[in-house]
Amino acid sequence: MSQSAQPRLTHLDRLEAEAIHIMREVAAEAERPVMLYSIGKDSAVMLHLAQKAFFPSPLPFPLLHVDTTWKFQAMYAMRDKIAATPGIELIVHQNPDAAARGINPFDHGSALHTDLWKTEGLKQALDKHGFDAAFGGARRDEEKSRAKERIFSFRSANHRWDPKSQRPELWRLYNAKKHRGESIRVFPISNWTELDIWQYIHIENIPIVPLYFAAERPVVRRDGGLIMADDARMRFNPGETPELRRVRFRTLGCYPLSGGFESEADTLPKIIQEMLLATTSERQGRLIDHDQAASMEKKKQEGYF
Amino acid sequence: MTSDLIATDIEAYLAQHQAKSLLRFITCGSVDDGKSTLIGRLLYDSKMIFEDQLAALESDSKKVGTQGGDIDFALLVDGLAAEREQGITIDVAYRFFATDKRKFIVADTPGHEQYTRNMVTGASTADLAVILIDARKGVLTQTRRHSYLVSLMGIRHVVLAVTKMDLVDWAQDVFDAIVEEYGDFAAQIGLKDIVAIPISGLKGDNIAAKSNAARWYTGPALLEHLETVDIDEARRAKGPLRLPVQWVNRPNLDFRGFSGQIAGGRVRPGDRIRVAPSGAISTVARIVTKGGDLAEAVAGQSVTLTLADEIDCSRGDVIAAAADPPEAADQFEVTLIWMGEEKLLPGRPYWLKLGAKLVTAQVTDIKHKVNVNTLAHTATKVLELNEIAVCNLSLDRPVAFDPYAANQDMGGFILIDRLSNATIAAGLMHFALRRSSNVHWQAIEVSREARATIKGQKAAVLWFTGLSGAGKSTIANLVEKKLLSLGRHTVMLDGDNVRHGLSRDLGFTEADRVENIRRVAEVAKLMTDAGLIVLVSFISPFRAERQLARELMEHGEFFEIFIDTPIEEAERRDVKGLYKKARAGQLRNFTGIDSPYEPPEKPEISINTTEMDAASAAALIVARLVGEDFGSGI
Repeated sequence: MSQSAQPRLTHLDRLEAEAIHIMREVAAEAERPVMLYSIGKDSAVMLHLAQKAFFPSPLPFPLLHVDTTWKFQAMYAMRDKIAATPGIELIVHQNPDAAARGINPFDHGSALHTDLWKTEGLKQALDKHGFDAAFGGARRDEEKSRAKERIFSFRSANHRWDPKSQRPELWRLYNAKKHRGESIRVFPISNWTELDIWQYIHIENIPIVPLYFAAERPVVRRDGGLIMADDARMRFNPGETPELRRVRFRTLGCYPLSGGFESEADTLPKIIQEMLLATTSERQGRLIDHDQAASMEKKKQEGYF
Repeated sequence: MTSDLIATDIEAYLAQHQAKSLLRFITCGSVDDGKSTLIGRLLYDSKMIFEDQLAALESDSKKVGTQGGDIDFALLVDGLAAEREQGITIDVAYRFFATDKRKFIVADTPGHEQYTRNMVTGASTADLAVILIDARKGVLTQTRRHSYLVSLMGIRHVVLAVTKMDLVDWAQDVFDAIVEEYGDFAAQIGLKDIVAIPISGLKGDNIAAKSNAARWYTGPALLEHLETVDIDEARRAKGPLRLPVQWVNRPNLDFRGFSGQIAGGRVRPGDRIRVAPSGAISTVARIVTKGGDLAEAVAGQSVTLTLADEIDCSRGDVIAAAADPPEAADQFEVTLIWMGEEKLLPGRPYWLKLGAKLVTAQVTDIKHKVNVNTLAHTATKVLELNEIAVCNLSLDRPVAFDPYAANQDMGGFILIDRLSNATIAAGLMHFALRRSSNVHWQAIEVSREARATIKGQKAAVLWFTGLSGAGKSTIANLVEKKLLSLGRHTVMLDGDNVRHGLSRDLGFTEADRVENIRRVAEVAKLMTDAGLIVLVSFISPFRAERQLARELMEHGEFFEIFIDTPIEEAERRDVKGLYKKARAGQLRNFTGIDSPYEPPEKPEISINTTEMDAASAAALIVARLVGEDFGSGI
């Protein structure tokens, strides 16, 4: 991290070194790796780590954005900026089937919307390009069921996660051997917590989508969260009118499914401060988790990242 | 508390918290020992539990908790019942918490079946182990099993957490008895740094803070100890440089970098390095990072090095300190922890991954199996899931390695099934086996005796050992002259001369000294085959290598001659000025100063140079050889 020689590695130094080590292993062993890029803060950290891992070479793999067409405008702006960076190749995939059927979160609910755009879209994109290893930004601290997730997670040829065939991971040794058609999801920041991510973004000065910072935005209150009317496709319930509130988002996804909350935190230190003093966990803002009783486990078995 | 800074001065708080260190530890015990309660407590007390999670916890506690409506911390971390229903492998879960001083990663492994595989996996990345003992039950079989695995995996720090102290009314004698019994056992298996702490997970006593429940206990609370115990990463930085090359960074023809995570030591531009196993030598030119070149990098960092010379180096090679490179070998004694559903079959080829190197390996011999409960050794032909054995392993080509005890990343490996691609074993390298079975011995028609006979002598090795400056070479030269004058055909292998040629690539570390002596012994062996009388004049400080040399020769052919000069006398003479340099710190690993000399226990001949001059010593040696009926013509 720092340029001067340090006698002792900090926790972020060690997490960074681990993530870089993992990325290099995949670059060396996979035939056609890809980095999933969701435009959120975890993706921003992943991209930053990858640039460090392979410097001065360009990234030895493309980025893949599995688009749902319902992300925030600010996210698309950030994505296009990243795509314009020299040395970065960004692939965007939109599920043509979901597009043809006009799948959206208002008419079809978050479960079907997510399943078709994200889960099916991801499988399509991996198959289409023949990617055999995909980096994801999932962290073990996000949910109880992820605590035992491997860093290298194996998927069958039809993208199913078989909990029984996962491999023990010892020391810094990762077994990346697989049969033709099988693929690996790799999580280089498994051991990072939300606080680590924010601290790292702060120290390394990593650009993130402005939606993480508090600003006045037009929102309506739904299911305990504040939903932003981000574009003209927003549908209001009877009696609902958007009002300007100072809000920010802790996690970003499709705007109709991402709950913001009122906040004054408009700098990174203030975000970290608010998070440290917060009394609710990060996932609360993800409506996807509330939508049905299904656990992450089930989603994972079906191929959701 | 710096936590107060969060609200009052977040910038100051962040500045402090950037410098946090990271401790990884493993908890060993079963749910019944209060393990989940303990981890739940640590998460709760370090405020890693949010209100929505707490609300879920409270409702779960009322529904299924075991604490009569009180919060059941075990529910925070116990996904096990649900896992069983879903048919998910029960294995290692990783949890995270942080205090003002450190971030912690806890590897939590269930204590039931599959325990060995899971615990070994969790232990492989841990700096410390918390071994739980129920105060009411004391040291059990499982305690011994956990401790053996902790010791096997090289974890240096152990916390003995004596739990449920509230259920024995915080009786000091109960605690003391457990600590004493455990201490005896721990000493047997080589665990040294043990801190015993009486706790109660339920009430949180001695976990986050010292409890008043046991005023007789004067040691630290668990968290305080975890915050201050030293971390192995720092220790690794003290060893010789090891950089397993993961990826060759070649953006264009003008740049060729070698990327990897430093597994030992430190590196600076200008350092001499050696690529193992090829042995090619170069100098570090730059340590390249995106944020600018570094002046130094240490163990644990992921870096990219460029070298001054265009030498052959690729994924799987190890960039090492030139003066202290790792051994390279293709046959090893190892410990295997079997993790596959299918049993180990000696002779079947498996993939072996060590660092970034992938080779083919076969187990040639299972020496014995270790019972993890009793530590008893038993003979076996096969190895099954969760069994541990000491084996001989043969690879299809040499790899660079260090013993696991010296460097976990250079000596810890996995075996991969070539059909299923499953990771089926964890392995620990102990040492290289000297004889390589893929070198086939040529049948020799003219015998060694025949060669010696035409010279009218009997082949022999006169092995002079002793401190630097003891007088070995002086005496050996005189002996050789006398033998020559008697018409004997001799040859002299002198330590300094051999190091200029045959062993030019070796330094003075223990490993290099061992290799140096091995080479000399092998050369001496070839020369006795030629019928010569070989005079070997080497410090040869270690008994084991002199024993190795002795065993290479025919019975009665090896004469160990101890040139016994006290260090004070050798240093006073200091013929080559080496002691002076060593004392000044200019020479490292100098025998007698900072590297040990193990005197022979039963030398054939012992010469005390403070009582006898060189000429008398030589005469005595030659006379003794005649007395041994050594070459009837003498």
